[in-house]
Amino acid sequence: MSTIEQLANQEYKYGFVTDIEADVAPPGLNEDIVRLISSKKQEPEWLLEWRLRALRHWMTMKEPTWANVKYGPIDYQAIRYYSAPKKKKELKSLEEVDPELLRTFEKLGISLEEQKRLTGVAVDAVFDSVSVATTFREELAKHGIIFCSFSEAVREHPELVRRYLGSVVPYTDNFFATLNSAVFSDGSFCYIPKGVRCPMELSTYFRINTAGTGQFERTLIVADEGAYVSYLEGCTAPMRDENQLHAAVVELVALDGATIKYSTVQNWYPGDKDGKGGIYNFVTKRGKASRDAKISWTQVETGSAITWKYPSCILQGDNSVGEFYSVALTNNYQQADTGTKMIHIGKNTRSTIISKGISAGHGQNTYRGMVKILRSADGARNYSQCDSLLLGDKCGAHTFPYIEVRNATATMEHEASTSKIGEDQLFYCQQRGISPEDAVNMIVNGFCKEVFRELPMEFAVEAQKLLGVSLEGSVG
Amino acid sequence: MPHAQEIAMLEIKNLHAAIDGKEILRGLDLSVKAGEVHAIMGPNGSGKSTLANVLAGRPHYEVTLGTIEFEGKNLLALSPEERAREGVFLAMQYPVEIPGVNNLYFLKAAFNAMRKHRGEEELDAVEFLQLAREKMKLVDLDESFMNRGVNEGFSGGEKKRNEIFQMAVLDPKLAILDETDSGLDIDALRIVARGVNTLRSEKHAVLVITHYQRLLRYLVPDFVHVLAGGRIVKSGGKELAEELEQKGYEWIDQEVAAGAAS
Repeated sequence: MSTIEQLANQEYKYGFVTDIEADVAPPGLNEDIVRLISSKKQEPEWLLEWRLRALRHWMTMKEPTWANVKYGPIDYQAIRYYSAPKKKKELKSLEEVDPELLRTFEKLGISLEEQKRLTGVAVDAVFDSVSVATTFREELAKHGIIFCSFSEAVREHPELVRRYLGSVVPYTDNFFATLNSAVFSDGSFCYIPKGVRCPMELSTYFRINTAGTGQFERTLIVADEGAYVSYLEGCTAPMRDENQLHAAVVELVALDGATIKYSTVQNWYPGDKDGKGGIYNFVTKRGKASRDAKISWTQVETGSAITWKYPSCILQGDNSVGEFYSVALTNNYQQADTGTKMIHIGKNTRSTIISKGISAGHGQNTYRGMVKILRSADGARNYSQCDSLLLGDKCGAHTFPYIEVRNATATMEHEASTSKIGEDQLFYCQQRGISPEDAVNMIVNGFCKEVFRELPMEFAVEAQKLLGVSLEGSVG
Repeated sequence: MPHAQEIAMLEIKNLHAAIDGKEILRGLDLSVKAGEVHAIMGPNGSGKSTLANVLAGRPHYEVTLGTIEFEGKNLLALSPEERAREGVFLAMQYPVEIPGVNNLYFLKAAFNAMRKHRGEEELDAVEFLQLAREKMKLVDLDESFMNRGVNEGFSGGEKKRNEIFQMAVLDPKLAILDETDSGLDIDALRIVARGVNTLRSEKHAVLVITHYQRLLRYLVPDFVHVLAGGRIVKSGGKELAEELEQKGYEWIDQEVAAGAAS
């Protein structure tokens, strides 16, 4: 199986550091730092107050330890909470963007120009903490759609931000979300007006850069009554020796009859083959669905040293629908504890969970999911399917499904399986002339098919390639 | 003896092979020329399937002594996929399921890997579908099977027919059928035989490994070999198979024992 070992030991392709002069805050976290962040961003008083309330609350909280992951203590006072690429002036076109930055995107194969031309996707690229390029704004504006950086939204549309910020993930929610609420740097904001179907896929690329800088993105998407939006998020990060903390918050608000489809391909630096370095990804993602609304999460998680992530749906309105489609891959010493929460409140609410965990090398993969049917949720239905695939015999797969039903009319289905890429499968492919690496790719992609078909076409292709780069582990 | 040629396609000499340190094949010799169909028969545990797996290069089957040449090349030096690309096909006794991988997509990948190996242009989806449809008729598989996962949820008979379908599409020089007949009803048996008979030509060779004679009624071999104790103890024409059917394998054991004693 030496070819597979070689593939497993393949270097992280996207590990490099871009040399851009950064505007950084001193390390540490206190009220002064929060005030600094807020003033750098010229924020209104109410937002500063909100941040400070979060900080004060955070000071009383303890880091959670229930997740099935292991890592050394994080010194939150050693982290820099603000960093921005040096900005010359307002940017109107790509030509004005730092060429060094553009080259970085090109190395990643996500050049904005190419994307604009080939895919027609509007891209709001976040580099470290400040948005540097925003495109397709006019086209979106024609439909009354707002798609901009979070900071800009705070300036231009304060009433919307104020109304919905923290309405799904309150600043008291959990240790990492509260930390984010205090120090969030930037992110994306999206508003789709009543009855509007967003004419294009919205996409944001995140990238962590400056050494030792935590990344605290904040995304807020609001789909007004009957609106539809599909949002894509994808990430890679440069190689680092020290661990980088990432604690993002994503809030989705789907008003009556609205649909939000949120897709993620996450490929942050996972650490080297000995488990050194890599991103700590502690993310809070949650959506709230009103009557007849639908929220669909699709994620392909292949990066990060540690993933702690549970995109969830609060199915508040009657007939609302929640979906979670996930592929999580852990190779080498990566650890993932991921899953979802489906909270059924409204009548006839429905949720679907399809989780595919792939473990290779020494990777540890945990599915943790909760389905909660409240007393009010007459006729609620859930279908859960959790499959694990093991490559090799040093990795692990774990499943923790929590089910809480308080209404006897609910229908629950749960299926789970664990399988191993057998030598038999591999040999079968080889006997038909297919190389072992192509065979592993094929088998894993087959395993993930139900999730990939939920991704928009161009992302599905990208996701398959990504698995090709990062999935191969030792077999047998 | 159809189209006897000077040089054998497959030349096995003094083959010894072990699995988990236990020697199964103990000095097997076999020579197969293009155009020939050979049947390997023998009681359970005689090493029939070991021979098939050694030829295909399955992991854990260790060749301890002897040589295998395929078209003059040292087959043992090649990886399983290289052997397949050179034209060695094994219809497996227990075909595995590969969930989620489209049957036709899988076969196209295999087909094109082989074409690439031969320096030929790969077929596109439309051309390949045409070829596949033609071969599908041969094994009476419905087109809906093509869009399911590889062997996913197939019955035993369907799996075996899928093996023959793959064989028909890949058009190997040497086809090895490892107990393809086991567990098949008479109709499936006929279909399998039809698939193999279609492949018969002066360019192809077939090695049919079977416990029973019944497949050989539809798939008449040029040679029949009896394998016992890890080597070929008796060879003959198709009439040998009938003799085995009537008398069972016991008399072979006795003959071997007598031979060993003398």
